[in-house]
Amino acid sequence: MSTDVAVLGAGMHPWGKWGRDFVEYGLVAARAALADAGLTWPEIQYVAGADTIRNGYPGFVAGATFAQALGWSGARVSSSYAACASGAQAINAARAQILAGLCDVALVVGADAAPKGFFRPVGGDRPGDPDWLRFRLLGASNPVYFALYARRRMAVHGATPDDFAAVKVKNARHGLANPYARYRKEVTAEEVAASPVVADPLRLLDICATSDGGAALVLSSMDFARSRGVASPVRIAGLATVTPTFPKTVPDLPDFATDSALAAPPPDRPFRASIAHAAYVEAGVGPEDLSLAEVYDLSTALELDWYEDIGLCEPGGAEHLLRSGATALGGRVPVNPSGGLACFGEAVPAQAIAQVCELTWQLRGRADGRQVEGARVGLAVNQGLFGHGSAVIAVR
Amino acid sequence: MSTKQRRPAVAGWFTTGDAPDGPGVRLLGTRCTACGTPYFPRNDLACRNPGCGGPKDGSELEEHALSPRGRIWSYTDARYTPPPPYVAADPFRPFAIAAVELEAERMIVLGQVVPDVTTADLAVGMEVELTEGVLYEDDEAQYTVWMWRPSGRRA
Repeated sequence: MSTDVAVLGAGMHPWGKWGRDFVEYGLVAARAALADAGLTWPEIQYVAGADTIRNGYPGFVAGATFAQALGWSGARVSSSYAACASGAQAINAARAQILAGLCDVALVVGADAAPKGFFRPVGGDRPGDPDWLRFRLLGASNPVYFALYARRRMAVHGATPDDFAAVKVKNARHGLANPYARYRKEVTAEEVAASPVVADPLRLLDICATSDGGAALVLSSMDFARSRGVASPVRIAGLATVTPTFPKTVPDLPDFATDSALAAPPPDRPFRASIAHAAYVEAGVGPEDLSLAEVYDLSTALELDWYEDIGLCEPGGAEHLLRSGATALGGRVPVNPSGGLACFGEAVPAQAIAQVCELTWQLRGRADGRQVEGARVGLAVNQGLFGHGSAVIAVR
Repeated sequence: MSTKQRRPAVAGWFTTGDAPDGPGVRLLGTRCTACGTPYFPRNDLACRNPGCGGPKDGSELEEHALSPRGRIWSYTDARYTPPPPYVAADPFRPFAIAAVELEAERMIVLGQVVPDVTTADLAVGMEVELTEGVLYEDDEAQYTVWMWRPSGRRA
């Protein structure tokens, strides 16, 4: 049995710092995705929302919030929270309904309105919550963790701040023509080097911002797509939301410590690599088949880790791959042709959906100004707090 | 010299007194008596090793003081004031953070580094030891937490 679902429509609200309600961003994205699919809202049988935890109760029940904003229609609903992977969980909820035959066509929506500056834990005194405690006892904001990975990469693989800056320069160039990107401006290595250090060795321009934004997809069964005259849609061929395998030996947000590897050996694949691997297996493709990848560049250094985690090169090979130009537009396998988080900033529940919007436009050949020629297979990956991550493989 | 009282900023996560096998600052976690897996912060619920054959009802977990020494896996610092609930001094003083690999426990534990040490003084692989330092203070007391410092260095 095919496990493909069709992507009939993709839509986004531009990323930025707009200062408006997150529902508005989601609504704009949803309408754009519906229009792109040539469908109307009452035709949607299932709506899957990706939750935001920073916008009160409506954010915790995002599916219903967007359904109400679009006008109650009787559609079935779900809301998903999975940190940075929330959007992919929502896509997966819709996909499962479609593949189970419980619905034919679904709408997936995620949107966020983000505060200025560092993310902080949700409010109140929460001394039993590791996410509260890591701020209280360590002062460990998110960039602290990104910087630990970056420094480790420098020590183990010989990466340099110049390599990190080169990732920013590349992604800034990629995002120049993307109408949904927040930052559309060339950045030079000198500008990165002149920006203030936030968490040594990472500078302000190495670290992604927090943004407002919204993204939406219309998904359907392959039969439904054919019935609407869409003979060759972009398809989601694999989607992994695996949890880590014990012992998880890399300190992730919001951990104080890793698991111990004393009694059980570390798994063959570290967590990030296991996410991509599961999606490759499901889709029946490998890294050599990729036309492009959207990876979660929370920092410039982390993009280099991802090259290895998704199998574009061996561990330690990412700097060489970057310098060869292979991951730039025009190269063998462009990474973050959208501009990535470097150009968007992070709108948590919308981000994984936005990654799939970009795959969709690339595979349709409609990514104006940033098109990967002849794109056939795309991968989108992310990792978030508390053992969450996702990988989506789209094909055409 | 402050005459303020010193209190741990968190109860039960570390001791400055006598650990079972000697005096000094030690992180307090738990350890599974069935498979040997140590935990920090303490885990009293159930051993999380899927391959462990213990009862997994918490009865297999006992208190365990972790090794006070390890090697730096990675390190960084905070150049900007972290958001609440971090209690920052005014003016804010940047501080270093180290992720330290404990050989005996085969795990990595994060901690702030003592205030007089900067990232320029640190290196991956460097040996560090545990100590106690002041995290923040108010009119009544100094609140302390575990901190790493290069081995052999006086706090």
